[in-house]
Amino acid sequence: MYDDAIPRRGAGARERRARRLRGDGRVAALFAAPSLIGLTLFTLFPIVMSLVIAFFRWPAVGARAFTGLGNFATLFADPVFRRTLFNTLLFVVLYLPLNLVVSVGLAVWISPRMKGRKVLRVVFFLPVVTPMVANAVVWRMVYQPGGLIDGSLHAVTGVHAPNFLGEQGWAMFAVVAMSVWQGFGYNMLVFSAALDAIPRQLVEAAQIDGAGPWRQFFRITLPMISPSMFFATTMTLITSFQVFTQPFLLTGGGPGIDTETLMMFVYNQGFSVYQFGLASAAAWILFVLILGVTAVQFAGQRRWVTYDV
Amino acid sequence: MSDHVHPLPAYPWARRIRVVVSHLALYLVAAVFLSPLVYMVATSLKRADEVFGSPPSLIGSVVRWENYREAFEFLPFGRFVINGLAVAVCGTIVVLVASSMSAYAFSRLRWRGRDGVFLVFLSTLMIPQEVLVVPMFMLMRWFGWVDSYQALIFPWAFTAFGTFMLRQFFLTIPEEIAESARIDGAGAVRVFTRIMLPLVRPALAVLAVFTFINYWNSFLWPLIIINSVDEKATVPLGLQLFFGQQGTQWNLVMAASMISMAPTAALLIILQKHLVRGIATTGLGGR
Repeated sequence: MYDDAIPRRGAGARERRARRLRGDGRVAALFAAPSLIGLTLFTLFPIVMSLVIAFFRWPAVGARAFTGLGNFATLFADPVFRRTLFNTLLFVVLYLPLNLVVSVGLAVWISPRMKGRKVLRVVFFLPVVTPMVANAVVWRMVYQPGGLIDGSLHAVTGVHAPNFLGEQGWAMFAVVAMSVWQGFGYNMLVFSAALDAIPRQLVEAAQIDGAGPWRQFFRITLPMISPSMFFATTMTLITSFQVFTQPFLLTGGGPGIDTETLMMFVYNQGFSVYQFGLASAAAWILFVLILGVTAVQFAGQRRWVTYDV
Repeated sequence: MSDHVHPLPAYPWARRIRVVVSHLALYLVAAVFLSPLVYMVATSLKRADEVFGSPPSLIGSVVRWENYREAFEFLPFGRFVINGLAVAVCGTIVVLVASSMSAYAFSRLRWRGRDGVFLVFLSTLMIPQEVLVVPMFMLMRWFGWVDSYQALIFPWAFTAFGTFMLRQFFLTIPEEIAESARIDGAGAVRVFTRIMLPLVRPALAVLAVFTFINYWNSFLWPLIIINSVDEKATVPLGLQLFFGQQGTQWNLVMAASMISMAPTAALLIILQKHLVRGIATTGLGGR
């Protein structure tokens, strides 16, 4: 622990240190106070409150009444809610694998030795840090009949593209595609960092043993970056369950309610029809769903995540 | 992959060609990836009646810089930019102060129950902020903060993330440094401001930039809490309003989008090295 330059301290110092440690309480309270107060007020209190509200009929104005599990029963009986639940799961099921495949693929493709590597990384990361609203507005125009895709397709083939955001069967895919475009750059950077950390000898040894590129990828690269995969999968899962801005701005949940997500449902219940009880109950269903999936992730990680070699 | 392990000159011809093709294909992918943004820039400089066309064109009959002026004039977009900057700067300061102080308390000060409290702290990271919006809105009503700048700044400034990240950095500073200063008579506050903070300056910078970006981009919460949009909106909310009212004036909408992207894009380009390293080491950043 000690450097040679620092003389080893004896029992006296240790005692002094112990005295000092006991004396830290008051200072520590002062230092921790802003965060503790803020977190209690703005996170712990609201989370408890939302749990309470979820069991009440709680309109923004007017009488409140305890309903027990009434809100949950109402929700599961509501075809709109069930549809938004389905839409959210569909979004996650499409978005997560696509995001991971694209981000791993590009992270591997942008090899450590190529020219313009840093520029490429910044390019792919750009939409992650620019406002989602701006990205969505741009993509509205890309998807628009006569927009970038339709205009290009028509010029080349003479056929018009479907109205991606307005047609059933296309809208959700359009939302997913835009979301992958916007979001994968983050995971790509995480994977790039993990790839850079793979010892070169490992790859060289495999090559000498005659392993081809695919074999190297599945036997060396993937296991070596599996901790990052675990991190990225977990974070991406959590955030994708909460998807809101993309469908809200691209389709407004349409056509019909084909792309309305759980978070949009919460927003509509809370801030369009002002049923705080129902909104909180729906939010808790979302939260429990996220917790469940995260728990499954953690339980399964031993089977595929390699933490050391 | 295997192609890139050996230095280039060692490649036989066939392989070298493969590498070149692979790189060219990659640049092509990057170009396709960027095309929506190029399209945005192109559209933002066109005349309204030249926006749509097949094939899509890069440049219209004139390059219309006035679109940007008109975007600023049509809505108080300048106001939105100022609001957005003010909220993001204030929020970032609150986050930095609160999380660095508590990170110090959780790492280099000793007190009873510290690790238990920290665990509670950490577990709040699991709570998606979106789940809190309804009770948070009710809390703001009780405070009388609906439609206020405070409501944009404070509710989300006290997440455990900054504390957690800075704590990790404080823990890497050898305890002996602070200890010897205290033996020399420096108090905890002095040790914090004179020794600890300067040593974690890079981490503070990364946290600051990402916090700023998150505030600047935030959309759902301003959408919920701000009513007098013309006066108090930040840029994303203003852009949505603009889009709602001028959805057909695509050239102006694209100019407004450009304006909203400029600050964060500039930050990324200027600070790319630090941000990339920040993500690599802490998993921090835009979601």
